[in-house]
Amino acid sequence: MSTISSPFEVGDARPSGSRPFLDVNDLHVHFSTEDGLVKSVDGISFQLERGQTLGIVGESGSGKSVTSLSLLGLHKKADRKGRGGARMTGEIWLDGEELVSADEAKLRALRGNKMAMIFQDPLSAMHPFYTVGDQLIEAYRVHHKVSKSEGRKRAIEMLDRVGIPQPNSRVDDYPHQFSGGMRQRAMIAMSLMCDPQLLIADEPTTALDVTVQAQILDLMRDLQREFNSALIIITHDLGVVAELADDIMVMYGGKAVEYGPAKTVFTAPEHPYTWGLLTSMPRLDRPVQDRLAPIPGNPPSMINVPSGCAFNPRCGFVAQNGGRCSGEVPELLQTTSSGRRHLVRCHLPVDVRQRTFNEEIRTLL
Amino acid sequence: MLTFIVRRLIAAVGLLLVVALITYCIFYELPQWAGMTVDNLASEFVGKSQNQDALNGVIDRFHFNQPFFVQYYDYVKAILVGDTYSDGTQLIHCNAPCFGYSFRNSEQVWPTLLDRFPVTFSLAIGAAVLWLIFGLAIGVISAVRKGSILDRSVMIVALLGVALPVYFVGPLIWMLDGFPAVSYSSFLSNPLSWAQALWIPWVALAFGYAAIYARMTRAGMLDALGEDFVRTARAKGLSNTRVILRHGLRAAIMPIVTMFGMDVGALLGGAVLVESVFSLPGIGYLAINSLGQSDLPMIMGVTLMAAFFVIIANLVVDVLYASLDPRVRMS
Repeated sequence: MSTISSPFEVGDARPSGSRPFLDVNDLHVHFSTEDGLVKSVDGISFQLERGQTLGIVGESGSGKSVTSLSLLGLHKKADRKGRGGARMTGEIWLDGEELVSADEAKLRALRGNKMAMIFQDPLSAMHPFYTVGDQLIEAYRVHHKVSKSEGRKRAIEMLDRVGIPQPNSRVDDYPHQFSGGMRQRAMIAMSLMCDPQLLIADEPTTALDVTVQAQILDLMRDLQREFNSALIIITHDLGVVAELADDIMVMYGGKAVEYGPAKTVFTAPEHPYTWGLLTSMPRLDRPVQDRLAPIPGNPPSMINVPSGCAFNPRCGFVAQNGGRCSGEVPELLQTTSSGRRHLVRCHLPVDVRQRTFNEEIRTLL
Repeated sequence: MLTFIVRRLIAAVGLLLVVALITYCIFYELPQWAGMTVDNLASEFVGKSQNQDALNGVIDRFHFNQPFFVQYYDYVKAILVGDTYSDGTQLIHCNAPCFGYSFRNSEQVWPTLLDRFPVTFSLAIGAAVLWLIFGLAIGVISAVRKGSILDRSVMIVALLGVALPVYFVGPLIWMLDGFPAVSYSSFLSNPLSWAQALWIPWVALAFGYAAIYARMTRAGMLDALGEDFVRTARAKGLSNTRVILRHGLRAAIMPIVTMFGMDVGALLGGAVLVESVFSLPGIGYLAINSLGQSDLPMIMGVTLMAAFFVIIANLVVDVLYASLDPRVRMS
């Protein structure tokens, strides 16, 4: 989709010793609550280059939003006893700087500047008492020493760029005077005020109706090309990442269960949870079947995560594997067959997975 | 906005007329319905010189022998154009706005109210400034440091402030300072002695309010700081102070503005307890004394004045609200 190819393919072309633009390594985000320790993110690793898009897919509570907020350091830090906030371990390298151990001042200088975020619901994510312009100008002036009128010029320019008609007058409107789609455009404009190199979109189209969703996705793709930024899209909607992502990471219970190039994950998925996501998705380009096939059961409790593979209580293939699935946490391992890097966290033997997909699942898609 | 204010002002006048009607009814009509004769009622107003001439003067003055609405009409008319009447021995001319004549103390109601008002005004404004500053500051700090020892201890003190009545807190502070004389002197003649005389009543009055405001601010700030737009503000890279004050407090302050307006409005009609504790000659003290003496014209005057300030405060709050919340302004 983009001109720069995936790190799964260019790994050797990179000068040895240098890191990818964004390199997340064994990230854990744990919250200590009265009911117990919540391991919202439990050992996530991924890499992303500029100009590339990573889609993080999962259900509510899978840890995808916690991951994105931890990149910006937006979690309240826990006190010394580990209470009252998030305890983060692991590494986040952004353009050569480590962020997990970085202090608040350093993070603040990066936030909104080098890395920015597009939030899910622009009505609640924008301040109701300030004009859209005020909020855009503020985003710019935090990181640039410019006058208000220069900030305003920049704000109008960005509103124009994201396709808001009459930006000269709309800049003085309040968020509630914008329509849902326009508001999300304004939100995107706000995140782009400082030319961020890393852009994180947390369910950017969930609050919008379907026709507007497509426009916003097109806009994001265009802007990413123009600004050559690294883009992370967090979503539960596979349709969104299918259009935009170069790589896809599927999360379940705070862990990555499948991670690989988008094309591979869509055409040759190997994790039963990914199969479940794909078969439960309505498709307009196929004849209508009797029913969609939902994934049985509920997302796991993050306090009492099922032992072994977190997906085992909902997985239809546990019986083939004896007691292993509920006894032992599977590793995230490279599947041997595909030429590209494709990681799957499942106890089923690779050949069984591939055979099952080809014989049973593919026909359902 | 201007038509909105004009419309509200007209409504305010109507509301005042209704308040006057109800008050008039309570003080002048209910006793008669309860079986008091006109002479009985009139004797309430005459005071020391209980002779039939004086009684007749009063009956004549209030038109007690006329239908109720005529009496009410005369009362309102006197407010607008003034009145002349006899107290039995001489004719008294009462200029508009004439709220009546206190036969008990041989003084007109309106000049007395005007005379007492600066005391109440000084008390209310000084205390309001104190409690707003301390209430907001404590509330914000408590919310930001939620769960800390500071937060918990401050909230315990605030709970005390809500629970302890002002007639306990007032004398306590007074005592701790060694019972200095609290005698009001005008701000215009000597600002320093004005503040010196009033600081104990201010603190006593502000303590309870500050406690309520601190608790409200804290709750509002905790809500606001959990809002998505505050997270957005953080994601922009704003400093903590700016996030808390410009984004958090700005959102949390709306209900506090409303309450502040209403509280100040209510206090301008007389801070009865504090004025009584410190014998400050304000509207509230006047109200208590008039009640004790069954000085009905004065009670009417005080009631209408209090109602006036509450209604005006309502109007100011509505206008303020519209100017603070763009979503209200547009609709």
